[in-house]
Amino acid sequence: MHIDPLEKKWVYIALATIGFFLGVIALTAWIGGIYPPSNVETINPARLHLSEEFAENKLGLKIQPDGSIKVVMVAGRYGFYPRRIVVPADTPITFRFASLDVLHGVHLPMTNLNTMIVPGYIAQVTTKFPIPGDYPLLCNEYCGLGHDFMWSKVTVVDKQTWKHEFGGRP
Amino acid sequence: MIDAQTRRLTLWHLSVAFCAFLIACILGFYQVVERSGIFPALQSAKVYFASVSTHGVLMAYVLTTFFIMGFGYYTAATSLKRPIWHPTLAWAGFGLSLLGTVLAAIPLLLGRASVLYTFYPPIQASPWFYIGAALLVVGSWAWCAVMLVMALVWKRENANRPLPLAMYATTLNALLWLWTSVGVALEVVLQLIPWSLGWTQTIDPGLARTLFAWTLHPIVYFWLIPAYIALYCFVPKAAGGFLFSDEIARLAFLGLVLFGLPIGFHHLYVDPEQAAGWKLLHGIGTFLVAIPTLVTGFTVLASLEIAGRLNGGKGLFGWIGTLPWGNPMVLSAILALLMLILGGFGGIINASYALNTMVHNTAWVSGHFHLIFAGTTVIMYFAIAYHLWPRLTGKALYSNHLAPVQLWLWFSGMVLLSTPWHVLGLLGQPRRISSVTYHSLLTLSWQPYELFMIMGGGLLLASAILFGYLLVKTLTHSALQADLDPAYAETPYPHKNLPAWLENFKLWNLIIGALMLLSFGIPIAQFFFLKTYGSTPWGY
Repeated sequence: MHIDPLEKKWVYIALATIGFFLGVIALTAWIGGIYPPSNVETINPARLHLSEEFAENKLGLKIQPDGSIKVVMVAGRYGFYPRRIVVPADTPITFRFASLDVLHGVHLPMTNLNTMIVPGYIAQVTTKFPIPGDYPLLCNEYCGLGHDFMWSKVTVVDKQTWKHEFGGRP
Repeated sequence: MIDAQTRRLTLWHLSVAFCAFLIACILGFYQVVERSGIFPALQSAKVYFASVSTHGVLMAYVLTTFFIMGFGYYTAATSLKRPIWHPTLAWAGFGLSLLGTVLAAIPLLLGRASVLYTFYPPIQASPWFYIGAALLVVGSWAWCAVMLVMALVWKRENANRPLPLAMYATTLNALLWLWTSVGVALEVVLQLIPWSLGWTQTIDPGLARTLFAWTLHPIVYFWLIPAYIALYCFVPKAAGGFLFSDEIARLAFLGLVLFGLPIGFHHLYVDPEQAAGWKLLHGIGTFLVAIPTLVTGFTVLASLEIAGRLNGGKGLFGWIGTLPWGNPMVLSAILALLMLILGGFGGIINASYALNTMVHNTAWVSGHFHLIFAGTTVIMYFAIAYHLWPRLTGKALYSNHLAPVQLWLWFSGMVLLSTPWHVLGLLGQPRRISSVTYHSLLTLSWQPYELFMIMGGGLLLASAILFGYLLVKTLTHSALQADLDPAYAETPYPHKNLPAWLENFKLWNLIIGALMLLSFGIPIAQFFFLKTYGSTPWGY
């Protein structure tokens, strides 16, 4: 087989570039612990209202015994419930979502809270929001003719304000 | 001249493909205008989502499948220099695919299948939509059979010669498509059709998404391979030169087929039903499949440089100016490569395991695949059509001046459409919305981009109409012209001991099977071990 020397050089350059990219990804994953949301955890979408975690009165922001913050939300046409939450900036927050009907996606623009919500599975994301402000928490997967209107509101406030004005309450 | 049977087969396939394309372009223009929100009277989610679903199905499944089948018949007949094996089977495949298209189009246009071209359950469409889609795919399997048999028979009769490059790539594409379509076929036949007919009560959307992801990535290589065939086999000669390396082209096609298949989970990076390790494995494969494309870029540019220098180009960049820019094949290749470079950058970002979270399901994604598919791939489909039309009809192209105008229009339109789309994605705009309702200051930053997108959409529609006009005028009003040869590019080096393993399709099938088992075996099997809960059907 005839491979031109120039071509050989280019193949090495291409391999090195791809190797570099993969190296960066592997390092951020294994050392930085950066993985996309991937907890394989199932739940019956028809019985969310009867479940321990996703019943209506259990939803919203909870401070865990160890001080960490957990937000439990249900996605359903057309909104994420509860419709409004206030969270502290620069604090790790674990979101858990379940869908009561069809496929949804959830994205807080300009942040990396972005996951699919597949009915029958619990989607979990842990992230921090660096910049305080009002954000639309929007559905980013087509879920029906009202899809455009599927959004709720997340207000990110700085840590101090959150502690004094909203501490412990959603 | 090519035999009449092949000409008829190819012409019919390409005509169906381009009719679907023209309809889809009109819908696309409506969508970009509706979505901008500038004309409130147009706003209708019902019409918009029916239109988007039809646009996606026509572009991604109908244009591509019919084009690839038609071009494949032409390639087989001209490169192997023999008539099509069992033309009845080829026509049966055509008929079945066309029937499937019509069956799916009726509910789509009536708004009974507004489930977008990805049709993710548990939103349910009319059963006719799923049945039609399945028939379209089954029809294309007849094409795969004809291509594979023709290649194998030729190989048996020419034991010591390698398959012509164009046919080698077409054979691999037929193989790729058989493997690719299994995922969606399983989803449609075992899950969606029984569920939409009411035979089963519930469906597992996690399993459905996993099976769809099996198909969703390699299908883009099924669409892309004909474009690469033109880049390797037609462009060098049209530019006045040689193909820089036939061997590396074969390796590139093989690489696309091997690494394109087991990597679909980069579409599921943020899905909860698959674990991180599998996603990382598919992510690594996704980066590996960039290598054949990087190699293609080099070889095609090197071939163009040879041509430019043979045409008298001097100096480091002088050869660029001496390329025949007015030749549709060469111009398309240059514009396709430009869009491939930009789209490739975006693709690396999408493929990046963690970085993907910033852009997943935002407008960025629509921008990306329009640049790569509607840009790079479709512009090469235009070039192939201009190349084939005189050879199929025996008539000269209606206008050699308008063809480059059409191609420049398409390129400008695509850049104007897809650049704002990328920016909007970074600004957080989701894809797949028909209007902006978020009461947020953020959305004010989206507005100016919508205007550019409408301009881009307008240019694209104008280009598509001009393309249709040129093909129809060639058929009806052009002068007869002398017989043209197929014009496959030659390489300056004769084949030196091309290794036999390159054409050992049995071996490649086994390797693909092993790779697919490794990357999809447990992720699919898990749905039968886990306690999963099905979903009932939902309307939209």
